[in-house]
Amino acid sequence: MSSTLQGIRVLLIDDEAEFVNTLAERLELRGLVPQVAETGHDGLAMLEDSEFQVVLLDMMLPGMRGTDVLRKIRTSHQTLPVILLTGNANAKDGIAGMKEGASAYLTKPVDLNELLRVVQEMVQGEPRD
Amino acid sequence: MKSETQHYEKLRRNIVGILAVVALAPVLLLAAVNYAEFQASFTAETQAPFVSMVGKGKNSFELFLAERSSTVSLIASAYSFEELSTPQTLRHIFQAMQSEFTGFTDVAVISDEGILVAYAGPGQHLQKELMGKDYSQQEWFHKVQAQNRYVSEVIEGYRQYPHVLIAVQRHSPDGRSWVVRAAIDTTPFSRLVADMSLEPGSDAFLVNRSGVLQTDSVNYGKTLGQFPLAVPPPSYEASITKALDEQGNAILMAYSYLRNADYVLIATKPARNMLQSWLLLRTDILLIFLGGALCIYYVAAKSVDKLISRLRESDLKRDQAFSQMEHAQKLSSIGRMAAGVAHEINNPLAIINEKAGLMHDLLSLAEDFPRKEQFLRQIEAIHSAVARCRDITHRMLGFARRMEVKIESLDINEMLEETLLFFKKEAQHRNVRIVEELEPALPKIRGDRGQLQQVILNVLNNALAAVGENGQVSISTMQKDTNTIAMCIKDNGCGMSEETKQHIFEPFYTTKGNEGTGLGMSIIYGIIQRHHGEIAVESELGKGTLLTICLPISNTLQEEQA
Repeated sequence: MSSTLQGIRVLLIDDEAEFVNTLAERLELRGLVPQVAETGHDGLAMLEDSEFQVVLLDMMLPGMRGTDVLRKIRTSHQTLPVILLTGNANAKDGIAGMKEGASAYLTKPVDLNELLRVVQEMVQGEPRD
Repeated sequence: MKSETQHYEKLRRNIVGILAVVALAPVLLLAAVNYAEFQASFTAETQAPFVSMVGKGKNSFELFLAERSSTVSLIASAYSFEELSTPQTLRHIFQAMQSEFTGFTDVAVISDEGILVAYAGPGQHLQKELMGKDYSQQEWFHKVQAQNRYVSEVIEGYRQYPHVLIAVQRHSPDGRSWVVRAAIDTTPFSRLVADMSLEPGSDAFLVNRSGVLQTDSVNYGKTLGQFPLAVPPPSYEASITKALDEQGNAILMAYSYLRNADYVLIATKPARNMLQSWLLLRTDILLIFLGGALCIYYVAAKSVDKLISRLRESDLKRDQAFSQMEHAQKLSSIGRMAAGVAHEINNPLAIINEKAGLMHDLLSLAEDFPRKEQFLRQIEAIHSAVARCRDITHRMLGFARRMEVKIESLDINEMLEETLLFFKKEAQHRNVRIVEELEPALPKIRGDRGQLQQVILNVLNNALAAVGENGQVSISTMQKDTNTIAMCIKDNGCGMSEETKQHIFEPFYTTKGNEGTGLGMSIIYGIIQRHHGEIAVESELGKGTLLTICLPISNTLQEEQA
């Protein structure tokens, strides 16, 4: 486990509580600092309140859809890395997300090591603020 | 299939039948009307001269006889019985008659008792023989007494040559009566017949009412012979009738009864003569009609054949399109269902994955305890089961994508750029150089965006997987010819062996061991094939791979085919 991941603040936005909480716990075990939001609104509110280095965003959210949340995030945080997560392994969805300004795209069920690798890439690529 | 053939055959027959009837009926009607009119006018034109010839001939005969009987009548009126009974006077009168009119051969005066009292004519012996002859019991004498005027049939009598007797009775104011009788020889009749200017093969003659020839006939014998055919019914106007001669040949017979004598003027000619040209014309009409009918039928049958085969083709095409559409719809709904199922399964699968992962994490952190290794193995098993499920759901989604086809205009450059967004970060991280040489004026092509995006994603993924740190991936596009664009993805990675190259497009062939499904390249191949494109691979082990994909610009592919 790379030390660069230590203390990275991650915002997880996903409505599947069992999934997102377990994932958060696993990230925490690896030294990251995750926080969970179960709706797009909550996620956006939390982004306002505190600072995050990476956002993990599910595309299928109830109410406000993932791409809408992403667009909102981009209005206030242009450079914040956003990793999209979806159960639909569809290149079209991925590309649509990338065009909206997402930084990466992963499909569920996600391989944690893959996720960590992407997070690491994102954080290294972006200047830390 | 057989009943369908019958159906088209029946349709063809019906249309040809209707067309033939509609087209042929007027032609048939026209032909019939023409035929009838031609026949009528032809008959009229050919028969009219014949009839009028007989009419003129009849007038000539009537005039001839009228002149003679008027002469006799004049003599009977102009002279008294005493003057006429005087042989010198009668001879003098006879000489005057002969000089003025041809044909008179003698003249006689008969008293009202029927006794011949005077005679003038050639030959003294006849005069002697006839003088005092009693005619009172003869039929003609009764007739002249009854009618005052009488023209006899042709007779030979004492004179030994055919002649006609004209007798006129005269009544004096004192109550006496006498008869003047003149004989006319029938030679002028022949002249009158000759004057009718007959066509060759025709014949004209006089007969009496009982059919005894009164003049010579070319075909039916000499004067006083019997005319072998029936005498036509009385008509004082020239008429025409058809008859059969003794040999059974059809003849046309124009005739007219004479008003001032019991004669019938008859002219005959073979019907064949007249009919020959009519038959010729009739054959022409029939040939034209038959030719026209055949042409109409041929054209109708041909065009209907064409029509029916077109109809059949389009019916077939429609049926095919319909069943294809049905099939596509079925597949599409299966695809949608598969996508739904896959998506729904992916979420719980993700939970299982995370839960197992957390269990693994916690176990790893925990101190050794009995059967810890056993637990860890169980978790590994859960992970690999999740991985298998993941493959399945991804495949189902891939299948669903292939079912949902939408053909649109696509900019391959734009799609490449979009897809490269996925890889830019990874490439940066691994220090892989991505070189783009995209043709700016690349024409848009027709195709399914989702499928082609899948192709681009897969080939870029393969290229990036093949190169190591500090590798290079070159992407270029170009227009190959008027209807083809090419997309080349070149890497300087590990390359592939000859064997791999040969099997690269086969389904389930993989070099990634358990990692790969072996479907990537075969799916690409299928998509390119469906877009009527080509894919070629050049590779050398250890040097790199060049993948060239050619796609047609204007694609006629249908949604259900793609």
